Amino acid sequence: MALANLKQEATGTRLAAAVVPPGGVWATQARRAALARVAEMGLPGRRDEYWRFTNPETLNAVQAPEAAAFDAGDEAPAFADVARLRVVFVDGVFDAAQSDDLSGEGLEIARLADVAQSDIHWARDLFGVLEAGGQHPVPRPLAALNTATATDGVVIRATSVVERPVELVLQHRDADSDVALHHVIRVEDGASLTLLESGAGAARLNTVAEVDLGHGAQFHHIRVQGRDHDRRAVTGLFARIAEGAVFKSFTLTFNGRLTRNEVVMDITGDDANAHVAGVALGDGRAFHHDDTVFVTHGALAGESRQVFKKVLRNGATGVFQGKILVRPGAQKTDGYQISQSLLLDGDSTFIAKPELEIWADDVKCSHGSTSGAIDEQALYYLRSRGVPLVEAQDLLVLAFVAEALEEIADERLADDLRGRLEGWLNRHRG
Amino acid sequence: MLKIENLHVRLEEGGKEIIKGLDLTVGAGEVHAVMGPNGSGKSTLSYALSGRDGYEVTAGTAMMGDVDLLAIDPEARAAAGLFLAFQYPVEIPGVSNMVFLRTALNAQRKAQGRPGYSSAQFLKLIREKAATLDIDADMLKRAVNVGFSGGEKKRNEILQMAVLEPMMCILDETDSGLDVDAMKLVAHGVNALRAQDRSFLVITHYQRLLDHIKPDVVHIMADGRIIRTGGPELALEVENNGYADILREVA
Ligand SMILES: Nc1ncnc2c1ncn2[C@@H]1O[C@H](COP(=O)(O)OP(=O)(O)OP(=O)(O)O)[C@@H](O)[C@H]1O
Ligand SMILES: [Mg+2]
Repeated sequence: MALANLKQEATGTRLAAAVVPPGGVWATQARRAALARVAEMGLPGRRDEYWRFTNPETLNAVQAPEAAAFDAGDEAPAFADVARLRVVFVDGVFDAAQSDDLSGEGLEIARLADVAQSDIHWARDLFGVLEAGGQHPVPRPLAALNTATATDGVVIRATSVVERPVELVLQHRDADSDVALHHVIRVEDGASLTLLESGAGAARLNTVAEVDLGHGAQFHHIRVQGRDHDRRAVTGLFARIAEGAVFKSFTLTFNGRLTRNEVVMDITGDDANAHVAGVALGDGRAFHHDDTVFVTHGALAGESRQVFKKVLRNGATGVFQGKILVRPGAQKTDGYQISQSLLLDGDSTFIAKPELEIWADDVKCSHGSTSGAIDEQALYYLRSRGVPLVEAQDLLVLAFVAEALEEIADERLADDLRGRLEGWLNRHRG
Repeated sequence: MLKIENLHVRLEEGGKEIIKGLDLTVGAGEVHAVMGPNGSGKSTLSYALSGRDGYEVTAGTAMMGDVDLLAIDPEARAAAGLFLAFQYPVEIPGVSNMVFLRTALNAQRKAQGRPGYSSAQFLKLIREKAATLDIDADMLKRAVNVGFSGGEKKRNEILQMAVLEPMMCILDETDSGLDVDAMKLVAHGVNALRAQDRSFLVITHYQRLLDHIKPDVVHIMADGRIIRTGGPELALEVENNGYADILREVA
C-alpha cells in the first residue's frame, strides 16, 4: 500500500512538472496521448516486475541528480576514423556549428523540433506509435514520458543504401542537465542505414528511438554511452522489422552511475533478423547497468539474437532481463540469447532473468546465462609464456567480450570499439 | 643451466607434500629425461619451477643460471628463458593462437629490453615455424587449443617453444597422445632447437620418444625425489622391467 502510494505520488509530481513542447496538431496529440499513458501506467516502482533489480528513484525524480561532465583528455572521439554525418546535441540542445549539413545521399534528415511544427509529415505514423505498441505486455513509462516531453531529436528517412553513417553526438557539459531526445527512423524497402551514437548526453538522459524497417531493409546501430561516471541514462529502442529486414544494435557502456537500456524488437515479417548486443564495463560500487530486452517473433523463420557481456569489478552491479516471445504461427523461429558476466572480484553482482514464452511448436530457442571469475588456468598459462599478469587479464577480458563485439557487422567500427575497450582496461587497474 | 637443490613442494590446498627434497642439475646444452611412476610428482615439479599458484615451495632452491627462479613471477621466469610444455595444454576461448603467440613473444622481448616484432615480421616467423610442425593457417587462427585434438595441442606447445626460443625447456609428457608421425615432427622440432646454450628436461613414460630425442642423462623419480640417475640405458631398463626393481633397490 505504502509503495503503491509512493508510486502514485512520484507519478503525480513528475507529471505536474512535465512540459509538453510546442508543436503542430499531430505532434501535440501524440504527446498528450503519451502523457496520458504515463498517468495510466504510473512511473516505474520497485514492485514492478521489470524494476525489481534496478532502482528507478533517480530516474523518476523531478529534479535530476547532478553529474559532472567527464573530461576524456586526449582520447580521440568515438568513430573518429569513419566518414560520417555528425549531428551534435549539447545537453540536448542542437549545435549547428558543430554539426554537419543535415543532408546526404539517399537520406532525408531533419530535427524533431522542426518536424513537430509541421501540419503533415510521414513521421506522424511512427512518432509515439512504436513506443505505444511496445507498452504491452510490459509497461515502459519512461519511454512514454520521453515521447510526451522530448524537445528534440532526429527524424531520418533512408530511401536507398546510405553509405555514410549518421552519428548522434550527445555531449554533456552542465552538471544539472536533464534531457529527453526522441528519434524517428524509417528505412524504406531495400534501403539501409547505419546510425552511430556517442556520448553521455546529459547528467540525466532519456532517449527513445523508434525504428521502422521496410521489406529487406537494413539498420545498424552502434552506440557508445560516454564515460561520465555519475550520469544516469534510460534509453528505449523500439523496432518494427518487416519481411527480410535486418535490425542490429550494439551498445558499449563504460562507467555511468545508472544505465537502463531497453530494447523492444517486433518481428512482423517473415525471414527477418533482430540482433541486439552489448558490452558493459563497470568499476565501482556506484555502477549499475541494466539491459532489458523484449523480442517478439510474429512471423515465420525469424532469427533473433541477444548477446550481452558485462565485466564488473569493485562492487559494480549488472542486470540482464531478456525475453523471447514466439507468437502462435511463428514457426521456424530461431531465437538465441546469452548473457554473461565476468566478475573480477567477489564484491560485484550480476543478476540475469532470461525468459522464453513459446506458442509455436516448430521453433529453436536457446538461452544461457553465466557468471564467473577470470579463468585462473588460462591466466597462468599466459603468464607461463611471459605475458605479464595485467596484460594477461586484459587479454582474457577482451576474449570474454569478443562474442558480443563480433555482432558488429562493420569491422572498422568493431575495431574502433576494441581500441576503446583496451584503453579503458589500461586505465582501470586493481 | 638448471640447478635444483633439496626442493620441497606442498599443495597449498590440503598441505600435502609432493616433492620431498629433490636434487637435479642439468648442464648447458644437455638433454635430461625424467621418468617415474604415475603420481610421483613429475608434473608438480614442472609447475613449481614455472610458478603455478597452489604449489608452495617450503624449502630448497632452483637456479636457472644465476636467476633465482623461485623468487620471481611466472612471467619473469619465462622472460628469463624458462619454458614448460604442458602435459595438459590449457584452452583459451576467444584468444586466437596468433594473438597469443605474438603477445607472448613481444612481452618477453620487452622484458628482455629487445624490440618487439611487427605484424609482418611476426607473420613471417610464425609461418616458417608452423610449417615445420605441420600446423596450418587455420590452427593459427583458431582460439588457443580450443577444439584441438590431443596431438594438435602437443604440437602447438612445441610451436610456442620454437617461437619463444627459451634456454631451459621442460617437456611434460609431450609424447603422450601423439601418433607416430606427430611424434617424429615433435622430436624433430626439439632436435632443431638443440644448442650449446639450451637445455631440455624431458618428462616421459616411454623409451619411444627417447629414441628420437637422445638424452644425455636419465633420472628416475619416485615419491617426490630422484632415486636413480644414469645414462640412456636406464630408460631401456625401465622400458623392459618397469619400476619395480629400481624401487626395491632404493627401499
Ligand atoms: N592440484 C592438486 N590437487 C590434489 N592433488 C594433487 C594436485 N596436484 C598434484 N596432486 C597430487 O600430487 C601427486 C603428484 O602428481 P603429479 O601430477 O605431479 O604426478 P606425475 O608424476 O606428473 O604423474 P603422471 O605420470 O600421472 O603425470 C599425485 O598424487 C596427485 O594426485
Ligand atoms: Mg604428470
